[in-house]
Amino acid sequence: MKKDDAISENPDSHNLLGYVRRAEATQETYRTLGFRCGLEVHQQLRTTKKLFCRCPAGHYQDGDDYDAQLVRHMRPTLSELGEYDGTALMEYKTKKNIIYRIKGETACTYDIDDTPPFAVNRQAIDIAIEVALLLNTSIVGELHIARKQYLDGSIPTGFQRTAIIGIDGHLPVAGKRVGVRQLSVEEDSCREVSDVGHERTYTTDRLGMPLIETVTEPELLTPDEAAEAANYIRYLARSTRHVNVGIGAAREDVNVSVEGGTRVEIKGVQHIRWIPELTHNEAFRQKALLLIRDELRRRVSAPTAWTATHVPLGDADRHLVDGIVPSTASAVIFRLPRFGGLLSFFTNPGRTFADEFSDRLKVVACIAVPNLAHPDQPASAISPAAWRTLAIRVGAKSNDGVVLVWGPAADLPTAVDTLVERCRLAFQGVPNETRKGLPNGTTIFERVLPGPDRMYPDTDSAPIPIEEEAIERTRARLPESVDRRMAALRAWSAPEDVHAYILRRDLSPTLAWLVERKVDSAFAATLLGHNVRHAMGAREIDVERVRWVIVEAAERDLTREILRLLVPLALLEPAATFDDLLGRVGYRKATPKEIRAQIARCAKAFVARHPEPEARVRALMGCIRPLAMGNVPLRDTAAWVEEATR
Amino acid sequence: MSDAHKGYKGEALDVLTRFQVGVWSDVDVESTRGHFRGIVLPRSEFDDSRHLVLKLATGYNVGIDVRTIRAIQELGRREAHYKIPEKEFPTSPDKPNVKLLGTGGTIASRLDYRTGAVIPAFSPGELYGAVPELADICNLSTEKLFAVFSENMGPSQYIELAKAIGREIENGIDGIVIGHGTDTMHHTASALAFMVQHSPVPIVMVGSQRSADRPSSDAARNLIHATTTAATSDIAEVMVCMFGPTSDEYGLLHRATRVRKMHSSYRSTFRTVGDIPLATVTRDGVKPLRQDYAHRRADRHVDILPFFEERVTLTYYYPNMHPDIIDSLVEHGYKGIVIAGTGLGHINKPVYPAIERAVAAGVAIYMTVQTLWGYVHMFVYDTGRDLMAKGIIPTENMLPEVAYIKLAWALGQTSDLERVRELMLTPIAGEITEREPHDGYLIFQGGMPEIEEFLRRVHK
Repeated sequence: MKKDDAISENPDSHNLLGYVRRAEATQETYRTLGFRCGLEVHQQLRTTKKLFCRCPAGHYQDGDDYDAQLVRHMRPTLSELGEYDGTALMEYKTKKNIIYRIKGETACTYDIDDTPPFAVNRQAIDIAIEVALLLNTSIVGELHIARKQYLDGSIPTGFQRTAIIGIDGHLPVAGKRVGVRQLSVEEDSCREVSDVGHERTYTTDRLGMPLIETVTEPELLTPDEAAEAANYIRYLARSTRHVNVGIGAAREDVNVSVEGGTRVEIKGVQHIRWIPELTHNEAFRQKALLLIRDELRRRVSAPTAWTATHVPLGDADRHLVDGIVPSTASAVIFRLPRFGGLLSFFTNPGRTFADEFSDRLKVVACIAVPNLAHPDQPASAISPAAWRTLAIRVGAKSNDGVVLVWGPAADLPTAVDTLVERCRLAFQGVPNETRKGLPNGTTIFERVLPGPDRMYPDTDSAPIPIEEEAIERTRARLPESVDRRMAALRAWSAPEDVHAYILRRDLSPTLAWLVERKVDSAFAATLLGHNVRHAMGAREIDVERVRWVIVEAAERDLTREILRLLVPLALLEPAATFDDLLGRVGYRKATPKEIRAQIARCAKAFVARHPEPEARVRALMGCIRPLAMGNVPLRDTAAWVEEATR
Repeated sequence: MSDAHKGYKGEALDVLTRFQVGVWSDVDVESTRGHFRGIVLPRSEFDDSRHLVLKLATGYNVGIDVRTIRAIQELGRREAHYKIPEKEFPTSPDKPNVKLLGTGGTIASRLDYRTGAVIPAFSPGELYGAVPELADICNLSTEKLFAVFSENMGPSQYIELAKAIGREIENGIDGIVIGHGTDTMHHTASALAFMVQHSPVPIVMVGSQRSADRPSSDAARNLIHATTTAATSDIAEVMVCMFGPTSDEYGLLHRATRVRKMHSSYRSTFRTVGDIPLATVTRDGVKPLRQDYAHRRADRHVDILPFFEERVTLTYYYPNMHPDIIDSLVEHGYKGIVIAGTGLGHINKPVYPAIERAVAAGVAIYMTVQTLWGYVHMFVYDTGRDLMAKGIIPTENMLPEVAYIKLAWALGQTSDLERVRELMLTPIAGEITEREPHDGYLIFQGGMPEIEEFLRRVHK
């Protein structure tokens, strides 16, 4: 299917939708859409052991590095009202073999659900209480472990053990108070290794790691607010110093809805910077589905009586689809009454309504893409004449949609059900779904959104009281709140571009310490936010070593500029002594008199070499800086240089 | 305690009473830790008396320390009643008829999360609702004989079960499945193997290691395997049908007298000890691993021998056992003692006089091995010869639990110790085998390179 310039694929639908790129969108765009967003932020805690077993936490291995494998199938269980959950049924239809890879070091028999849970990891609970207090939540008196069902196989039990720590909190975002519905502690799921056809493989190293989940109310009204809230929650978690950082240590599920739409959950967003684009596009996708719904309702007077028909693609017609349908695949031609022209309706950049079907065929019927074609595709490799023949075979009229679906013969019955079901949902508008966010800002179908019926008490665990003392103990050592840290950064004139880094890396306390020691606050902020950042990247920062450099430098009366060299170097070379560091940056003790003499000596040579005065100053400064650095303030050096070259 | 305050006691009960709310009240609780809105749930009687349990709108439960509560306001009431849906079990004349006898194990069940109680699905309609595949296998009918936990199964249940099996066979059933808790499944299995002899149809015991309310449960698959076996298998014996590996791949059919639960929680907990299993089973059918089994017959003949002497015990020997252990058994009127001895079947000398006194008092004493694998060999060392001379009878390679059941069964029908000895030492259902196959003892040692290599290739 051609994807790149799909905006031009069906320009009418694009115009009807009023799609604008995010860069062109304004507050008004989102107000008109009725954009609402809520976050579920998952953050791994830094504990020594997993949440419900004694396996070490935070040890990972490659997906191909395993000691043994086992297979499970997830089976839907009856819901409270005696119904099967929608997700459950869909997952069951897929008939997936779920393969778990286990490695001796990181997984035990609890992880593979062959041993009941051990007592909950108290270290994790204490960290969670700290975050719950920072989020201003009401903390429960007793934890009740619940089982939250997941049938995709990401947890071998088929459920995640989870418990509420606090409810009804709030955090400041975009100058307003955004509600925090709850803060829970839960076990992490497996990492997916592959998902091909009827076989999905997971590795169990991450499984059972303690996580906290912060759920906000759907009160974020623009994509930027959503990202801001996600950042705030991240800074807050990091301020405890008891959370993991790095890829996969924090993940966001983002709930989006628009006026008239439905809550759709974008799962496992790995980077906060993806949130604005993903939510923006999801809002427009929902609006597109609502427009399609309205159009269908106009065309079909009795939607409940609507039905699709289909016929198998006969051998005599195989030549029509040569090069499209693989020779090993079977194919079915569908007539979707009154769906004519809608399949190419623009939903997202590069995506159309037909992708809604194609995605589900992949996930539910396990048919790899491409798995579908239709005559409205501008670049269809099937000729218009061939499409006319196929349309005749299935008895389609001019305003009907025609779809060709192919895949392994055994999967086609599920494919038929899936396609028809998705068509019926089109009459309702936006289906309840969880979707997977892609780096390009669009999403693909992941599964049907589970209902509230998937919560059960965990009969394997007793309630755990949260005593008043535990709360008070934690309250006494709470870090400063993120909004106060933000206010301090502004008060200290820290440049905007260092704020995120300092908050993200929990450097506010170090910055405050520097300011207390009378280091100029703007200098200190850029020392951390520029020099340390460029040197260290994502590596762990030993703030004690930063402080040590500052103290040593002060004792030797070094002027501050040299800190920009010494601090990063000290972090990069953790074993180096202070003298080593001074040697490495080329420091040599010199008095102002010696420095001025050196300036005078050099100036003569530079005057001849650089006729242009400014260039002369720059060159001379470059020459003299190594000697001046640490000995006299650079401002003074500059003045002397200026004077000498005048 | 009234139903209105189900499970609450002490301080928590006082608070509920003071604010005139009860279980199922939809409440707003004002506490020093904040406001909580939810439905008051019943509390487990094992939990403390300091907390109130609420179900929040999100489905989560939380506890509130009653000492932090300032006020509770009742906003309404929402009582829940849960029922497993029934769908009519489709039957067809060309499918075999299978009877499922229930003992209390929950094969299919659903937790009522509001009360914490497990609601078992048991009628054919309920089971069909939960495991629709059953209708492709057989015409299923069910009878709940009793509702006891596995650990409370005992002689009267064994006897009732044996008689029920006899009735079903007489009435023409094609196969029988018995739902049973897993803890003592092997005890019941061997009791049935002695009480129900020469059955013309398969008798399959089945249970689950993970409750059926969890998506990864082994219950549905075990039930599918068991009904497949009962409906189609040629093996007309009492069998235990449980997971082979922990993976959802195949079940094993174990002979009732050679099977034992070997792990407290693994799915693949049942193992045939000292022999190989009878067969594997998948939803596609049964594949025998051996041919020396009793074959299915068309006739309706079966011998029901429902005997059991309750004053029989199984004693696990340990070094430093004192003779008064044996003496007190005799004093309390025990008629039979099975000893699980060390090694080849040994106990220490200080106990000898007590053994002599017991034998003199007419108590039947049989020796098994606590190693589980291997035969009792009492001729190898003097100790063994001494013990035999004092009247202890070795039981070859009968498993200790099986010897216990068989001795109780034998003493239940006669007090003639010679007749008892004959019954004990004549194999009836594979409880004693003449030979131990080389692959009857396989406990692989983890960590060995060749075993690790094997584990990488085969699903656990």
